[in-house]
Amino acid sequence: MRAKSLWICCLLLVVCCVLFMTLEARGNWDFVLWFRGRKLAALLLVGAAVSTATLLFQTISRNHILTPSIMGFDALFTLIVTLAVFTFGAAGYNHLPVEVVFFVNLALLIAAALILFGTLLGQYRVDLMRMVLTGIIFGILFRSLTSFIFRMIDPSEFATIQVNSYARFNYIDVNLLGLATVLTSVTLVFCWRMRRQLDVLGLGFEIATNLGEHVARRQKQALVLVAVLVAVSTALVGPVAFLGLLVVSIARLVAPNETHATLLPLSAVIAGIVLVGGQAILERGLGMSTPLAVVIDFVGGFVFLALLLRKGWT
Amino acid sequence: MQRRVSTLLLAVGTLFLAAISLFVGVIDLHPGEIWQGGEAFTLMLDSRLPRTLAAVIAGAALAVCGMIMQMLVRNRFVEPMTAGTGQGAALGILIVAVVFPSASILTKMSIATATALASSIGFLMIVRRLPAAQPLLVPLVAMIYGGIIGAGVAFFAYQWDMLQFIDTWLTGDFSGVMRGRYELLWIAAGMTLLTYLIADQFAIAGLGREASINLGLNYDQVLILGLLAISVVAALTVITVGAIPFVGLIVPNIVSRQFGDNLRATLPLTALCGASLVLASDIVGRVIRAPYEIPVGTVLGVIGAFVFLWLLYARPSHAR
Repeated sequence: MRAKSLWICCLLLVVCCVLFMTLEARGNWDFVLWFRGRKLAALLLVGAAVSTATLLFQTISRNHILTPSIMGFDALFTLIVTLAVFTFGAAGYNHLPVEVVFFVNLALLIAAALILFGTLLGQYRVDLMRMVLTGIIFGILFRSLTSFIFRMIDPSEFATIQVNSYARFNYIDVNLLGLATVLTSVTLVFCWRMRRQLDVLGLGFEIATNLGEHVARRQKQALVLVAVLVAVSTALVGPVAFLGLLVVSIARLVAPNETHATLLPLSAVIAGIVLVGGQAILERGLGMSTPLAVVIDFVGGFVFLALLLRKGWT
Repeated sequence: MQRRVSTLLLAVGTLFLAAISLFVGVIDLHPGEIWQGGEAFTLMLDSRLPRTLAAVIAGAALAVCGMIMQMLVRNRFVEPMTAGTGQGAALGILIVAVVFPSASILTKMSIATATALASSIGFLMIVRRLPAAQPLLVPLVAMIYGGIIGAGVAFFAYQWDMLQFIDTWLTGDFSGVMRGRYELLWIAAGMTLLTYLIADQFAIAGLGREASINLGLNYDQVLILGLLAISVVAALTVITVGAIPFVGLIVPNIVSRQFGDNLRATLPLTALCGASLVLASDIVGRVIRAPYEIPVGTVLGVIGAFVFLWLLYARPSHAR
């Protein structure tokens, strides 16, 4: 039973990938396959990273409506990148190897996330709603600070970070693709190995403590993993607001059970279907100029409201 | 008594800020030069004075509208610019710009107001379905609702290749304000004055539907009037200077915390506070990186987020 829905989704994903690679392909096949193959790899990576990050975040915050990006996680990453350009100047920034820059930014993100969201998650018992609202306001603050610093930066240096500030699926920073693949794979392995502990956390923090879980420590570990995944996906395609919420909600609908062993692969595959299939249909099939990210935000926002109004806040 | 003193002090403060705003800019002006006429006088009349007036009007009107919206929704954490009204106005402007590009400014205004009104009504209908026991759910829904309409605007903007306009509507900025380009805001000023005439009724409406009907208030009429005022102000602000966040949120909170909810007494304070906040932010945006400018929307986004966090955590539990 568990295998069935996963297999159907995998099949769909393969169909989407084939469509993505072949629709309206003209000219030299070697070039087309290589060119689109990189994009396809990046989309699949981003899908897996975003869905896993969302699932982990929902488990450690004990809430099925939250996502890292609703709480301002990717805005924080953009802010850190912007601050780095502002402090070192675009010349110094571009001079360094991409990998070094990425790792420094990643380390900063992990530190900031542990401080900000670590303390915020501790508030869970006090007032969940206030925690969520604080996260959203953090997001607004980070975005405002980013655009504030944009204006303080020399126009010539502006182009360096401009690319980082909005989601884009058709232009993907391929310099990072190798590094991103390694990082995401390693992180996903860690997440997979943590699946049983996450199941225990999902029972509720009191029960998890009774069962011998160190809740606060596990939350911090998961936050680090989330930070890595968010950094990878934001660096590759920019902020994607509601993608995680959308795919994890769908995964919960079609999944036969709520264990992480089921949900982790299922939501990653569904994210791949949404991104690859959406991109193939929207751009090649319908020939629309609207980027997929906007459509996902629109639909994802509705899903969020529907979840909120139907299920209430539990 | 304390309230009168505060009002007076705030009025003086606003005038002081307005005076600073008149003399801050790329070209140095000295008060003496203006009366000699010539270039200085033209500059003052065409650029500096309209800009200062626009900031004062927009700040006052948005703060008052925020107060009224908080009364009508009965929640302290909402404001028109984030709860879909501002985005609704932007959607209206976008539709006009695409469907009737040659429409008069009055048509533009009416359609923007209509879409702003429609999205505020939509928001109010969603809020009614939310459980009353969870007040912080309302701002959460408000922001997501505004985000959905914003995504809708972005969707059509991409289709029609109008993305660059969206930015000017959704980030408030006074740098484009000149004589002949801001006068629509006076309608918003008039609307704000009108709301002051029925301030008492809004205060009663803030007690809730049942209570206000018991007190003999035509609740639905007041509700529609309030929403109309909010929509007109939001639409006009978005058309002339772009959306300015947080003014309608933090000013009413601070005022009502200090002086209570008797709107007839506190609305002038709210207006003055809003005017001076926007003026000050605009001056900061002009000074901090002169001769370039930082839009007032961005400055307020940073300041406002900090103040909001403070409001969220400093609020005494009994007042929530």
